[in-house]
Amino acid sequence: MTGADPTATDVREPVHGLPERLTGFVQALRDHGMRIGPGETVDAGAVLAALGLTDRAYIREGLAAALLRADGQRAVFDATFDLYFPLGVGTPEAARADPGAEPTGPANPVSPTNPTDRAVLADLRERLAEALAADDRSALTQLAGEAVNTLGRYGSSPAAQGWSAHQTLSRLAPETLLAGLLAARRAGQSPGFTDRLDADEIRRRIQGFRGQVGTEARRRAAELRGTERIAQRAIAPSTDRVDFLAANRDQLAELRRTVQPLARKLATRLAARRRKAHAGRIDLRRTLRRSLSTGGVPLRPAYRRRRPGRPEIVLLCDVSGSVAGFADFTMLLVQAMRDQFSKVRVFAFVNRTDEVTRLVTAGSADPAALGRRILTEAKVLGFHGNSDYGAALGEFADRHLAAVGPRTCVLILGDARNNGRDPNLPALGRIADRARRVYWLNPERIELWSTGDSAAHAYAGLVEMHPCRNARRLGELVARLLPV
Amino acid sequence: MSEDGTHPAGTGFFTSVDDVSAKLAEAGYLASPAVATTVFLADRLGKPLLVEGPAGVGKTELAKAVARVGAARLVRLQCYEGIDESRALYEWNHAKQLLRITAGRDESWDEARTDIFGEEFLLTRPLLTAIRGSEPTVLLIDETDKADVEVEGLLLEVLSDFQVTVPELGTITATRRPFVLLTSNATRELSEALRRRCLFLHLDFPDAALEQRIVRLKVPGLDQVLADSLVKVVGALRAMELRKAPSVAETIDWARTLLALGADTLDEAVVRDSLGVILKHQDDVLKATRKLTLT
Repeated sequence: MTGADPTATDVREPVHGLPERLTGFVQALRDHGMRIGPGETVDAGAVLAALGLTDRAYIREGLAAALLRADGQRAVFDATFDLYFPLGVGTPEAARADPGAEPTGPANPVSPTNPTDRAVLADLRERLAEALAADDRSALTQLAGEAVNTLGRYGSSPAAQGWSAHQTLSRLAPETLLAGLLAARRAGQSPGFTDRLDADEIRRRIQGFRGQVGTEARRRAAELRGTERIAQRAIAPSTDRVDFLAANRDQLAELRRTVQPLARKLATRLAARRRKAHAGRIDLRRTLRRSLSTGGVPLRPAYRRRRPGRPEIVLLCDVSGSVAGFADFTMLLVQAMRDQFSKVRVFAFVNRTDEVTRLVTAGSADPAALGRRILTEAKVLGFHGNSDYGAALGEFADRHLAAVGPRTCVLILGDARNNGRDPNLPALGRIADRARRVYWLNPERIELWSTGDSAAHAYAGLVEMHPCRNARRLGELVARLLPV
Repeated sequence: MSEDGTHPAGTGFFTSVDDVSAKLAEAGYLASPAVATTVFLADRLGKPLLVEGPAGVGKTELAKAVARVGAARLVRLQCYEGIDESRALYEWNHAKQLLRITAGRDESWDEARTDIFGEEFLLTRPLLTAIRGSEPTVLLIDETDKADVEVEGLLLEVLSDFQVTVPELGTITATRRPFVLLTSNATRELSEALRRRCLFLHLDFPDAALEQRIVRLKVPGLDQVLADSLVKVVGALRAMELRKAPSVAETIDWARTLLALGADTLDEAVVRDSLGVILKHQDDVLKATRKLTLT
């Protein structure tokens, strides 16, 4: 910082192209659903002017402070930052000096059969093991660069070339280093209480290294194909925007971690709505009655009081494989919000319906196993394993209709893919007649409704159906639809 | 970097990011690079700093440390449900105004009117206090998310222009900008408008190395090896998806407990007996016992 003055004119001045890079970066973040106004972009410019360009870690934190508005956005921000403000350009320095890894050579420079290449691989693995044992961050970053450079290249023609994190990691196989690292650690020192945590600790470091390899591969790919394209496609969306139906296991686990905070936020929102609903409404009859004591002048208006009753919720969830992630998440969410309702009952079905309230309550201690326990401990499967909405709704209407009363809000969760069977609309009609409200949340987007074996529009004719593809949308719907 | 006109917007407590780390460390607060950078920017750009994060990671402590470093007065506004203008901004001292009116019966209406809405009858509340002072000030608005949405509207004028409008007196502008720090536990989303006016810092649990330094700073008698294994166990507990993850404050409590118990290494018995210090739910204790294979 040598007398740089953070005024509007100076913000533009640093190295040519920096404003363009910054606006491109902001644009990429906007494409990922972050709302960033021009005011924040100006702030980010002022941040760059105040911090200077000497320390990348400071710039990362500074830009995050100016551009981010919620903590869930950090992962996307970091990945995009690594693309727009990369650590280096082209081949990493360490690899450039090494004649064994000639970057201009043919594709697939390391083949498992070639003995010299095997030596390169063994050398990399050895150094990786050292760095992991010492938890040396800078060495790990450098190794990630080298590994992608030597192991990650694919394609022979310039048009089809690229860098693959997957290929790098499958050749390097960092997980296989775990046992060796643990043994080395145990040998060095006397056994202690924290030994049992070592395996997890090293697994976390390896996971971190995998992330760095991914970052490096994206950076190299961005140099080949253009930063904007890679920023759009190769960066995973933030957790609350992950599509329920496309989420992988890690993302579902990540989603489950957001259940409690989301439930808390929704509860405050519902409570605020409830407070608002209390205020206002004048009770005319009581006001007039009171006014008699003041000679007919309504000095003290009487307000209408709401009954303190809270709504009852019945969840009816399709737990078949295709939509299980969605159902699990919603069940946990409603369960976490149970103190907002006077009664919560949860029913699950594939082609038969059974009550699983007890399982869900117990399941909040171990959410990962919830889906499996429902499938094994509840009678949700008949003679086959395909979902059958008609039969399931019919069974619910016949056996469990007592759970639905005039104060009940029924939420049906499922994609309405009926495998071509009878949709049994009268059964749904009976449920809708009895309940205060029935909503159907469909994890598919609206364009896919009634394609193939989906009976979505047939059901949507009877009850309100909303598309609900990710956690953010679910939060919005829950806050808006549920009665107060 | 003081009031020489080079950085009129900022509060001028710090000269560089490294300076922030060093000074905060002297004041007993070990800052991560993220914290140091954002504090420096808030100081330099003169923008309020919104700190969000789980309970017990040192959000309030940060404001106190900054106040100590800047030798500044700490003005604290604790938000709660139902807080309003008269608690946050200012209030007229009605009782005193009445006394004044009864005391001066004979004077004309005009004299009385101009007089009872003077400085003497104004009760300043934290926001106005922070703006009016001429000495360096740190304004801490604690648990902003607990306040109602309407109060955020009140904050907007203060945070963006550092001024407060009192209808009877006119607009009062800060002669010297306070360093403003807002904290939130994220129980509800703060409004876009408020967030836009602030720099944002998500303060999470510190990494192992930093937490070790914190523990050793706060509990000086603690053995290095014990601190190391203590922080490791806490890290493992945080990775466990518990109902309430142990915070830094609880790590320090645990360290103090172990010191009091005279334990010099962690073993199963010690951990099992003192787990209640860091975990506050029975479910969590059971889960941790199972996962740490305590028998």
